[in-house]
Amino acid sequence: MHVLSSMFIVIFLMAVVFIGAGVLKWQYLFGVIIPYISIAVFVLGVIMRVLKWAGAPVPFRIPTTCGQQKSLSWIKQNKLEAPFTFWQVVARMFMEVFFFRSLFRNTKAELHEGKNLVYGSDKWLWAAGLAFHYSFLIIILRHFRFFTEPALFFIEPIQALDGFFQIGVPELYLTSIILIGAVTFLFLRRIMIPQVRYISLPADYFPLYVIFSIAATGICMRHFYKVDIVYVKQMVTGLLTLNPVVPEGIGSVFYIHLFLVCFLLAYFPYSKLMHFAGVFFSPTRNLANNNRAKRHINPWNPKVKTHTYEEWEDEFREVMKDAGMPLEKE
Amino acid sequence: MAEKLIKPEELAQGIKHTTPGGDWRDEKTELKRGCFNYGAQPSSTKYLGLPNVRKWQPMHDDWQLPENWKEIIIKGLADRLKRFRSLQVFMDICVRCGACADKCHFYIGSGDPKNMPVMRAELLRSIYRNDFTAAGKILGSIAGGRKLTVDVIKEWFYYFYQCTECRRCSVFCPYGIDTAEITMIGRELLNLLGLDIDWISTPAANCFRTGNHLGVQPHGFKDSVDFAVDDLEENTGVRVEAPINKKGAEVLFVVPSADYFGDPHYFGFLGYLALFHEIGLDYTLSAFASEGGNFGLFHSNEMMKRLNGKIYAEAKRLGVKWIIGAECGHMWRVLHQYMDTMNGPADFLEVPRSPITGTVFENAKTTRMVHICEFTADLIKHNKIKLDPNRNNHWKTTFHDSCNTSRAMGLLDEPRYILNKVCNHFYEMPENTIREQTFCCGSGSGIGTDENLEMRMRGGLPRANAVKYVHEKHGVNLLSCICAIDKATLPPLLEYWVPGVEVAALHELVGNALVMTGEKDRTTDLRGQEFVNNGKEGSEDV
Repeated sequence: MHVLSSMFIVIFLMAVVFIGAGVLKWQYLFGVIIPYISIAVFVLGVIMRVLKWAGAPVPFRIPTTCGQQKSLSWIKQNKLEAPFTFWQVVARMFMEVFFFRSLFRNTKAELHEGKNLVYGSDKWLWAAGLAFHYSFLIIILRHFRFFTEPALFFIEPIQALDGFFQIGVPELYLTSIILIGAVTFLFLRRIMIPQVRYISLPADYFPLYVIFSIAATGICMRHFYKVDIVYVKQMVTGLLTLNPVVPEGIGSVFYIHLFLVCFLLAYFPYSKLMHFAGVFFSPTRNLANNNRAKRHINPWNPKVKTHTYEEWEDEFREVMKDAGMPLEKE
Repeated sequence: MAEKLIKPEELAQGIKHTTPGGDWRDEKTELKRGCFNYGAQPSSTKYLGLPNVRKWQPMHDDWQLPENWKEIIIKGLADRLKRFRSLQVFMDICVRCGACADKCHFYIGSGDPKNMPVMRAELLRSIYRNDFTAAGKILGSIAGGRKLTVDVIKEWFYYFYQCTECRRCSVFCPYGIDTAEITMIGRELLNLLGLDIDWISTPAANCFRTGNHLGVQPHGFKDSVDFAVDDLEENTGVRVEAPINKKGAEVLFVVPSADYFGDPHYFGFLGYLALFHEIGLDYTLSAFASEGGNFGLFHSNEMMKRLNGKIYAEAKRLGVKWIIGAECGHMWRVLHQYMDTMNGPADFLEVPRSPITGTVFENAKTTRMVHICEFTADLIKHNKIKLDPNRNNHWKTTFHDSCNTSRAMGLLDEPRYILNKVCNHFYEMPENTIREQTFCCGSGSGIGTDENLEMRMRGGLPRANAVKYVHEKHGVNLLSCICAIDKATLPPLLEYWVPGVEVAALHELVGNALVMTGEKDRTTDLRGQEFVNNGKEGSEDV
């Protein structure tokens, strides 16, 4: 059910734009007002969410140690998996954020003949996740050619590399294919693996549909239903310089593409997509494993009722005396 | 008491890693006998001053919740969201990728999809979404929320006490989401309603009162230690001293109480006594701090602090310079990750420095507390003790990393170094089951009771399976470990899944191998078993 319901929502959204921008010609709404609103929602939403996290204290130092601690001088510490210093933590986080280190470890457990457990390496999720995020990043960077005049220095080389195989005219970007492929994989795995299907909510399918649709409309505009790049660039630079213009002659596909991007932006701060910022806040990963070497402060460290030695001795004095144990008070 | 348990083969054959169709939120959880723990005795919860004291059992329909239970939970959750960044972040950022799913021993052994770590967290997240997020308040179920009902509370109880807080899932999570944190907070919330289990509350109450979980009173503690001293003399011919509450000793030595009462822990205790005597360490035990293990960890951070507090208090009173902690998993999680924050600063102690080797334990600079394995490894490295590994020739050993010392501390190589020096036959279990990927004994975090036996055997299946592998391949007959709960719960687990493998403390093997000054001609190990080829006729295999 969740698979379909979220799909219908995305189709509905696309239909709304098609009618709104394409038929009713509310292009100012879809080309100017909504982009501005969504960017504002995105920026403010992300800031508020991050501030909310940052505002909650980390009472205890709870790193998950995935390797040897720093202890005796002749025992080799695993600096990446059990970091002891700030810079070792930075290195650990770098590996997490840029290479998905923890996911790389993934294994699959299987029960064979009903009694033998077998573990195998399983890197598909890691590979697809990495492909998805990096191709997405490159596509976003590529889009800067629409936003800046002259184009920024990194755009040429990225485009050249991305279109390396020069398939078709205009040449097909590899990242377009990789993104579509990765999203499809992530989607299929969600519906085909029973355990993953079981845990999936509409909020898990929904962003996949949206991203797929954004990619599909983007490819569509480049290769099949071409839009006039000059108009688009005029419009986007207008938005960025706060002098919005709505040139005539941009087709509905562009508006659908733009609207879904806006929608994704606005949806971002209120969804699981916030994992992009949250990973930096995860106390099991971003704390050094120097718990016994460096004091950590809990701002709300509670006062608790304890049982003092005096109370304890008062209760057991007689039996201790009989047993000849040392006492504070005879 | 114990629930009837089916045969191992039957249990294993019955494990199906399938999922029901449909939405998990529509299913009602049935509490299955053999898979949950009994409710707390009113006497214990009353002694600890916990809320909603009453006679209560999970199998009853009516859990006698306080009238305003919903309000208590919502308020409790709101409060914890403000106090724990981990909770706030872990509620928000899970993408449900499923990487954690088959990493949980309870899921592997039960096939129950709600034992997938992600699901365990979703049990709480669904309520969080419904009552604490804008989307949930408006869209409810579509946004992944569900209404808080008594059935939800029962489901929480069932599954939060089917998690041993072992953190294996957290190793694999791309965001480091730690189900132990979720479980701990889930249990705190349940405790607000008086939903305590007896195997946590009663040890905690005992510990609070007498100083240890077993409720052993000071004179009983002394008897037990004296008995060990006699035992050791009989075995080695050496009379050791084991001071209790000795003021001005250099080191306070804290053990889990099972070490001086339980079997096979006790043999490890003999090992400590022999070792400390041999190196001439000026130490003392304490009858007041006669427990390092901390059942408060399984209850709430407040309870953990209450029970932990006595260690520093006693170190101060006795005027020791620093502290050594014995083999114990949860104890070391608390000592390593919480103690200094909760009950520090320990500025009345000195930075630990081994009086035998002169090594300064830089990694324990502020807690001033050293793990026995760090201490012993340092001794061996500096050739301060004489060891005869041939005396452990009757054992073919493997090593079980306890969850807490590995994943919440990173103590991995020290015990292996020791093991390699004290025995000749050491075989590692498969690599996906050791070190940071180690599998839990299935009975940690206060759920190691008889009434919960089926779930324990299920949860321990992955551990046992790895032991079985080395048992069959190398003839391993001894699983050594450094955790009191392991020593208590692994023997029945292995007896069920891998008969023929014993469990031992690492320091039992140290005690066997230790050549003591003035010892008699030793013919038996600390258990009283005959040595085999104890070096005199040469080693049995080359």
